Amino acid sequence: MEVRTEPFVLNMGPQHPSTHGVFRMRVLLDGEVVLDVEPRIGYLHRGIEKLAETRTYTQFIPLTDRLSYLSSMMNNHAYVLAVEKLCGIVVPERGEYMRVIIDELMRISNHLAAIGFFLNDLGASVFTPMLYMYREREKLLDLFEMVCGQRLTYNYMRIGGLSHDFPPEFLPAVKQFVDEMPHYMAEYEDLLKENEILLARAKGVGCVSKELAINASLSGPVLRSTGMEWDLRKKDPYSVYERFEFDIPVGEQGDNYDRYRVRIGEMWQSMRIIRQAIEQMPTTGPMNAEVPHLLRPPKGEAYGRIESSQGELGFYIVSDNSIAPYRLHIRPPTLINLTALRDMVIGWKVADIIATFGSIDVCLGEIDR
Amino acid sequence: MDRYPFDNYWAHLGVFLVIVLAFVVVGVMMYIWVERRAFGVFQLRMGPNRAGFWGILQSVCDAIKVLLKEDVVPFAADKWVHMVAPVIGFLPVLLIFAVVPFHYGHGFLPDLNVGILYVVAVSSLGVIGVFMAGWSSNNKYSLLGGMRVVAAMVSYEIPLVLSIIGVVLVSQSLSMNAIVTAGPIPFFLLMPLGFLIFLCSAMAEINRGPFDMLEADSEIVAGFHVEYSGIKFAMFFLAEYGHALAMSAIAATLFFKGWEGPGGEYIGVLWFLIKMVFVFLLMIWLRVAFPRLRIDQLMAFAWKFLFPLAIANLIVIAAEVVGFDGDIPWWMMWVNWVFAGAAILIGSRAYHLGGGRVEVQA
Repeated sequence: MEVRTEPFVLNMGPQHPSTHGVFRMRVLLDGEVVLDVEPRIGYLHRGIEKLAETRTYTQFIPLTDRLSYLSSMMNNHAYVLAVEKLCGIVVPERGEYMRVIIDELMRISNHLAAIGFFLNDLGASVFTPMLYMYREREKLLDLFEMVCGQRLTYNYMRIGGLSHDFPPEFLPAVKQFVDEMPHYMAEYEDLLKENEILLARAKGVGCVSKELAINASLSGPVLRSTGMEWDLRKKDPYSVYERFEFDIPVGEQGDNYDRYRVRIGEMWQSMRIIRQAIEQMPTTGPMNAEVPHLLRPPKGEAYGRIESSQGELGFYIVSDNSIAPYRLHIRPPTLINLTALRDMVIGWKVADIIATFGSIDVCLGEIDR
Repeated sequence: MDRYPFDNYWAHLGVFLVIVLAFVVVGVMMYIWVERRAFGVFQLRMGPNRAGFWGILQSVCDAIKVLLKEDVVPFAADKWVHMVAPVIGFLPVLLIFAVVPFHYGHGFLPDLNVGILYVVAVSSLGVIGVFMAGWSSNNKYSLLGGMRVVAAMVSYEIPLVLSIIGVVLVSQSLSMNAIVTAGPIPFFLLMPLGFLIFLCSAMAEINRGPFDMLEADSEIVAGFHVEYSGIKFAMFFLAEYGHALAMSAIAATLFFKGWEGPGGEYIGVLWFLIKMVFVFLLMIWLRVAFPRLRIDQLMAFAWKFLFPLAIANLIVIAAEVVGFDGDIPWWMMWVNWVFAGAAILIGSRAYHLGGGRVEVQA
């Protein structure tokens, strides 16, 4: 007897435990095998780009926190960078160093969460790896709370600088964190690097080729996992990144495991950068540039981009010399990384959709905006 | 020993039904509490610690809550099947406990001479309830979960039974009591490979740990019981943990000499419970530490890894039984340990998990 199977459509999300928020996919399945995936985006749309047009330049900063909320301060940074480019504001050296330290701490915290969630999506039963990652993330949140009083939506960067100076006990605490962190990283490596099930589930799964990655304009760890050495901190340095020595961790075949390794590698590099930044940072001097209270940038447009923890995060601003942007567009890295999802998962199983989706490290606040 | 201690079949039935039901329900609550506390330890957090001493009443509170919830039946569900499924899923768990020897000669049917065969037969019935639930809910996640569980059960029954046969060969009896008293040392020492295979298959059988395919909360939400709520959900929960209870009881009986221990004639039940909880802690440990296998890897693990190993184990045990004329001395355990290590090494070299991409036309 010949068995006839029939594909069926499974609507995954928006209410699904591991779609990292409210992502929705229309999945065509043949039994367990994935035939097609179609992301349906927009469930969390809040019109942030439109909201920008009704706010002054400074008032928009808190909204950028709500984009990729696991790396909020990087969003702040990308936005203020664009505005500074637009107005030609030069941030004092100390301010730039402070931004770098904060950015890299943010990157560590984001990658901790990303790896934790990825392992969770692999089904590491009851959040165990995630809770271990969150142990360190908690310390980072304490550090952030120290500088700006917030633990999730920081609203820390300002056009021309930052909102608060570092308290005196902050830098020693960061140093202590950076000194302790390798111990915990070693613990993660012990637990996970050679884990047979993790290898079986992640190695070779969800591959994305270098050509596809470039054609789809992917960025961040997803791009670097394919072996492409592309990091804006090196290739188009902003802030003071050209002064630091660090490597770009790359993968080989662009599978889930490589993305996980690249994130681990980036955490090591971030710690290297933080150490150098603390050493080089001027102890005195202003951290904020002189910026008028009500900013009226000259007519024109500017694109500020940074290497956020998920990829190239860009803000494109058009100014008509009023107090609010005429138009603001965000280039969300995860939305663009997500476009390759279909090619990554076709032919794999249902479980691999979730794992691959987790390995891209998406944040719905940023995708739907 | 009298077959019916109360000298009356109906009295016996009534008393032991109450005992078994109470044991299962209370045992499940304790297991849930133990598991959650253990998770707390493993995961750098507290675990339940509010209701009662060390949160020991947490399961009771949860049970009350879940029983008071509204019972929702999906509009397009097959209502009768949907209703009956939890009962059918739970019943086999109770049936297993009929032959579990809690103490020498004390149990529901303490000396059923085909005890372990009965256990194997009955424990595979639970899958019918699960599949009914998956099918009748009219939900695609449930259907996926139901299909997965059927596939997994069918595969894992085989290494499970093969590892049990090893024990039966040595003890030369199918009776649970005879198995407890047989053998020079506990069987997990005498045949470590058999024990490991049993543990893996049992965990797959009761859907725990890295094998919790049918629930797979991060993939198919909750699998077969997506559409269940209230008391029906509680029944499934009870069945799941009841199964864990039963499997750890059987593992304790088969491989840890059940109620035997210092002073076993008097406090046999205590020994039995300690061994049960020990096996359960092993399961918790594995569950909390590992990511989940994918469904094709799960099947491959059963057929390409556990199955050959179980066959090899069976052959070696059979050869030993024949060689020593049914009376294996305790020092053969060293041979068996070396054999277990070698077999696992060779098995894992010969077979790697992984692969699994299917070429499809989009």
